[in-house]
Amino acid sequence: MPDVTFTVDGKQLTAPAGTLLIDACRTAGIEIPAFCYYPGLSLQAACRMCVVRIEKMPKLQTACTTPVAEGMVVLSETDETKQARKATLELLLGNHPLDCPVCDAGGECELQDMTFKYGAAESKFVEIKQHREEQQWSPVVFFDRPRCILCYRCVRMCGEGMDVWALGVQNRGVSSVIAPNRQDHLDCEECGACIDVCPVGALTSGTYRYKTRPWEMNHVATTCTHCGDGCKVTLGIRQDNEGTEVVRGDNRDKSGINGDFLCAKGRFAFDYVNRDDRLTQPLVRQANGELEAVSWEHAIQFVGKKLTEIRNQRGGKSIGVIGSNRTTNEENYLLQKFARSILGSNNIDHHRTADFAAFAQALAAGSAKAASIRDFEAAPAMLVIGGDPTQQHPLLAWNIRTNIRLNNSRLYIANSEKIKLHRQAKAFLDLPAQDGYSAFAKSLDSGSQNDATKTFLEGLRAEASLVIAFGPELRDGTIAAIIAAFPEAKFALLGDYSNSRGAADMGLYPDLLPGYSPLSSDKVFAAEYGAAFSTTPGMNLIQMLDAAGRGDLGALYIVGSNPVSRFNVPPDSLKNTFLIVQDLFLTETAILADVVLPAASAYEKSGTMTNTYGDLQLVKKGGDRAGTRSDLEIIVRIAAAMGAKVNSLVPYGKGVHSDLGQTRGAQSGEADRHAVWLAAHNLEPRVSPFDPNAVLDEIHRLVPGYTELSRLTLAAGNDQHLPSPNPTGLVQIDLGSHAGLILPSGDGLFASGTLGRYCTVLGELAEAHPQPSEETASA
Amino acid sequence: MSPNEQNKSKASIFSPELAARFDKLVTLYPVRRSALIPMLLYAQDEVGYISEAVIQEVATRIGIFDLDVRNVLSYYSLLRTKPVGKYHVQVCTNICCMLRGGNELFEHCKQKLGVENKQTTRDGLFSVEEVECIGACSWAPAVQVNYDFHENLTTAAMDNVLEHYRSKG
Amino acid sequence: MPNISHHPDEVPVVSYRFGKGAANIETYLQLGGYESVRKCVTMEPDAIVAEMKASGLRGRGGAGFPTGMKWSFVPKQSAKPKYILVNGDESEPGTCKDRLIFEHDPHAVIEGVIIAGLAVGAQMGFIYLRGEYRYLLTIMERAIADAYAKGFLGKNIFGSGKEFEVISHTGAGAYEVGEESALMESLEGKRGIPRIRPPFPAVVGLYGGPTVINNAETIATVPHVFRIGGAEYAKLGTERNGGTRLFCLSGHVNNPGVYELPMGYNLKKMVYEVGGGIANGRKLKAVVPGGSSTPVLLPEEIDIGMDFDQVGKAGSMLGSGGVVIIDDQTCMVEFALRTMKFYQHESCGWCIPCREGTDWLKKTLTRFHAGGGVEKDIDNIRYLSENMLGRTFCPLGDAAAMPTIAFVKKFRHEFEAHLDGKPCPFAHAEDLALA
Repeated sequence: MPDVTFTVDGKQLTAPAGTLLIDACRTAGIEIPAFCYYPGLSLQAACRMCVVRIEKMPKLQTACTTPVAEGMVVLSETDETKQARKATLELLLGNHPLDCPVCDAGGECELQDMTFKYGAAESKFVEIKQHREEQQWSPVVFFDRPRCILCYRCVRMCGEGMDVWALGVQNRGVSSVIAPNRQDHLDCEECGACIDVCPVGALTSGTYRYKTRPWEMNHVATTCTHCGDGCKVTLGIRQDNEGTEVVRGDNRDKSGINGDFLCAKGRFAFDYVNRDDRLTQPLVRQANGELEAVSWEHAIQFVGKKLTEIRNQRGGKSIGVIGSNRTTNEENYLLQKFARSILGSNNIDHHRTADFAAFAQALAAGSAKAASIRDFEAAPAMLVIGGDPTQQHPLLAWNIRTNIRLNNSRLYIANSEKIKLHRQAKAFLDLPAQDGYSAFAKSLDSGSQNDATKTFLEGLRAEASLVIAFGPELRDGTIAAIIAAFPEAKFALLGDYSNSRGAADMGLYPDLLPGYSPLSSDKVFAAEYGAAFSTTPGMNLIQMLDAAGRGDLGALYIVGSNPVSRFNVPPDSLKNTFLIVQDLFLTETAILADVVLPAASAYEKSGTMTNTYGDLQLVKKGGDRAGTRSDLEIIVRIAAAMGAKVNSLVPYGKGVHSDLGQTRGAQSGEADRHAVWLAAHNLEPRVSPFDPNAVLDEIHRLVPGYTELSRLTLAAGNDQHLPSPNPTGLVQIDLGSHAGLILPSGDGLFASGTLGRYCTVLGELAEAHPQPSEETASA
Repeated sequence: MSPNEQNKSKASIFSPELAARFDKLVTLYPVRRSALIPMLLYAQDEVGYISEAVIQEVATRIGIFDLDVRNVLSYYSLLRTKPVGKYHVQVCTNICCMLRGGNELFEHCKQKLGVENKQTTRDGLFSVEEVECIGACSWAPAVQVNYDFHENLTTAAMDNVLEHYRSKG
Repeated sequence: MPNISHHPDEVPVVSYRFGKGAANIETYLQLGGYESVRKCVTMEPDAIVAEMKASGLRGRGGAGFPTGMKWSFVPKQSAKPKYILVNGDESEPGTCKDRLIFEHDPHAVIEGVIIAGLAVGAQMGFIYLRGEYRYLLTIMERAIADAYAKGFLGKNIFGSGKEFEVISHTGAGAYEVGEESALMESLEGKRGIPRIRPPFPAVVGLYGGPTVINNAETIATVPHVFRIGGAEYAKLGTERNGGTRLFCLSGHVNNPGVYELPMGYNLKKMVYEVGGGIANGRKLKAVVPGGSSTPVLLPEEIDIGMDFDQVGKAGSMLGSGGVVIIDDQTCMVEFALRTMKFYQHESCGWCIPCREGTDWLKKTLTRFHAGGGVEKDIDNIRYLSENMLGRTFCPLGDAAAMPTIAFVKKFRHEFEAHLDGKPCPFAHAEDLALA
């Protein structure tokens, strides 16, 4: 679209033809107030706040519905427009209740801001105000009709944005109300977007209501700890007796990878942090079989001693390590380095939610690239095979819907279920539940396709630019075949949990090193990890548990995982294994442990995480819980208690006195390669072994896929897409053992594995919505 | 079977004639939803008001959420969700009728029937409502009883009108 | 059924078949019905539009937009089907004319719709009647069926090979729906909220396609334009205000009724001669010239010709033709209150100034008329009205604001007479002997 030139308040501006005046002004830094206008949602022109004076037009015009025109002359802040906006506010404040002292929105209310700006605070109104009682529409959504200014943002956000359509407008005139779809309550996805989008306190959060004032909180933007989308969530944190309390989570600043979006888990499921039954003291099982609280010092020393013993007597191969889907990249990397270089064990695994290894291998084999979540915002065509983004990757579903709505993008779905996104799909291919996906993949290059598949593929082939998302049902050969069939496309694999991808990328595998480097042929890590490192693949998670059952596993170190519950492990099968569990709560696994170590949650530590699409983001420490330590710190302390050289494990410290790193060189006397690398990248050496940046330095230096990351982007709090790792060395890995070990969580909107069970609010929401409702779509 | 399909196979709450009329109505317009408001009004004519059952069936027939039906029906003054008397006496008190005694006529009707605005007599025969302009300005004051116009009224003439309906029963 | 009034000054054009049973299609045909459309079926669309322009016919619903010009805005090519929509939602207080057309000459509406369709390339028309007009809907449905039976509607109208369908449609009680874009929303089965304009209906209308929306009287006049000729029709009126229109006289006159008079007919004459003067020997206090949305005129202001331009120059509007005559025993504060009560009830609620403004004004005027008013209320009433004017999403806000500003300006003394708890100086029961 060609640019047009126009004038606003005497300032000459240019913008592409068709740009809305309000957007053009805001881009140029000219503030135009608006309640009902909301970028990305349909226009309303209802609030009349954005009125401006345009030359040659008789009445004041709404900037939100006026496209810029060549030679247009606009005045935005004249006495006339200011009076118009002031009068609009006065009219609004007529029936608006004087609730500020008790309203959650106080201090962050757009009506307050506008009233201050336009001076409408002195009221001429002496009549009786319209009043209705407050209503609770769901466990987390409250509605106060008197405060509602009828800007209709919530209705549009719920309908156009979320495709849920649970809110409507009823009655007429001043009796108009926003109404929920079940008359007195909501049947919806509880994303809470209506609350964030409400400019006033008409819609408020049930979990935050009446708790505090915005200026009493610290706001920390971090990455959500739940699903694999990796949304940014801003936590509101307040001091309390036990350290800090997370009072709310929201996405008000909209600055993250998730734009306007946040789901119920990101928004509400932080309440596990504040629970009384958080583990806050290390526990050691006594002779009488009871777990008793001990000091950290005692617990760490005990663990160090026992692990050393078992390693020395039975070998590293008798020790197993199970890592987490929610710990940071630094912690994951460190855990496998600890296992391989100090425990001498390759028995390392985690609850695998998607076949990331096959995915990385298939991408490395050809020219296809990995897709960032951002690629779904603007791609002209998208294909989703398997999965159910609405339930399991709600940000992806949001991006897909928004892309279709605003850019007329085309969506193709191949699935064995009629997932909700089919409503937006241009074409839907119904696959049989049994082996449907593998059959589909096989049929891609063969001539034997049924008619439905043929038509579907014709549509796809006609697309010049395609991004493809795989649900976790797809594994191994199926993934490889589809990737090979679309060499120009970009791909994403939908795994669960905030750092399942990071767990895989950082090599929590018995047979793969960080960056999917094959264990057997690696040269890079072998040079770094010292004498104890072996190239013989270890046991996977199932094999470890079986070995424990046979009495063959001397020790099992479980970090942030609950395999006893997830894999239905008989409790007594671990009785002959020295079990160390590091977690937030006394889970089914923790309760069987010999030593329980209280860990800090993802919201209480710093580091990085990688979402399922390969977007790397910062995790910022929000709160604090007294008695807990970060997983990273615990691992380092255990290593130290085992007599390991901590500054070999964690590359920290500078120069000679604390650093024995000179021996890390292949030949003694060679310069410390890590120090050289730091200097070359203008990075400072770290001074603490518990500094996750120290571990990130090593990741940055060594891990395929992470070697080109931008520290600046990360530090600025922005996301960056990492290329799919292409490990040096043999690309061919035997992935036979991988496909069968994948266990997708199937978590929907109100479930989040073990952690989710400790989120009371999720339980309430799940109870309120036992089944997704089936309704006809709006005609 | 989805709830929507279940609804379809349920018997219609409307009379066979009305159900057939509705089956036809949705096919008349370029877009099905255009049939919504006429359907609601004709359903109300038969049932007496828009009941929950009417909302459900109309939603299914049109193919929209029942929230959408509620949003629409709550906007229009003639559509009601509560029953009224057999003879709903709608008295205009807008400016032209007001100038010719509309207020007094309204007071008279309430007093005569012993009810307040929007109330129904105990025998269920009459209800009274103050309404806006019904399009009888040059023949004011005027009243609509259900859909019938009664114009050029006096209190005496009004009494005759009420008596006429009362005798019909 | 309402009686039809007569006065020698009338020039029956659109009303010339009133009272003759023309709802019956045979009678209609005998009275020259469907002759105009037969002519138009053979004409070029541009020629039809040109004739309408020549007639000087302006919209009879209230806005007075030139009909020929409106039709000419419809693009020749359109990816989406085009439609004709008749606005029969007559709800402006003071207006009761379209009612008579539906009752006495429904076929004129049908014929006008077809001609409009031929002019713009539409093949479907909707006739929307307000919900309260149920008996008229029944008459219209019958007329449409009869027209189909004779082959005047359907696949091959008048043997021309052209197609035209007509559907009648009922509303369910909402004044705002008379606004053309809200009318379309209602016809599409939604809440009667107006649309953002531009785009205008002629380009994007019903179901997204170009749509011509005309008031029932306007459309019913169309066949008459072709019957007597556009230029002839124009001559009946004044410059830029061609033809005649139906005026609804109501209120405190001796002969209330609907009269068809030439555009530009003198208002004073209308009140005293056609209307027969003020009833019960009282004096005139005020006249609302074109329905409740139009600013009131004082007795000294009514010596004007009733066309769009002259009434506009006098500070009011010709509007819908609803001439409301008010005697000197009427409380203008009560009149202003009742007017505002109407707008508050009918406000669709979409935009802040109208939704909140009409409610605030209604409450203030109620308290004021009941004796609870203070001096600053009068200025507040003016302030609120002035800040609603021109600020709202649709003209309903203006329709509420302009009359109120006029009432306060021209009858301030009556407002002041209600101050300090004084009882309304006009409080008395209306003499029902009037009727």
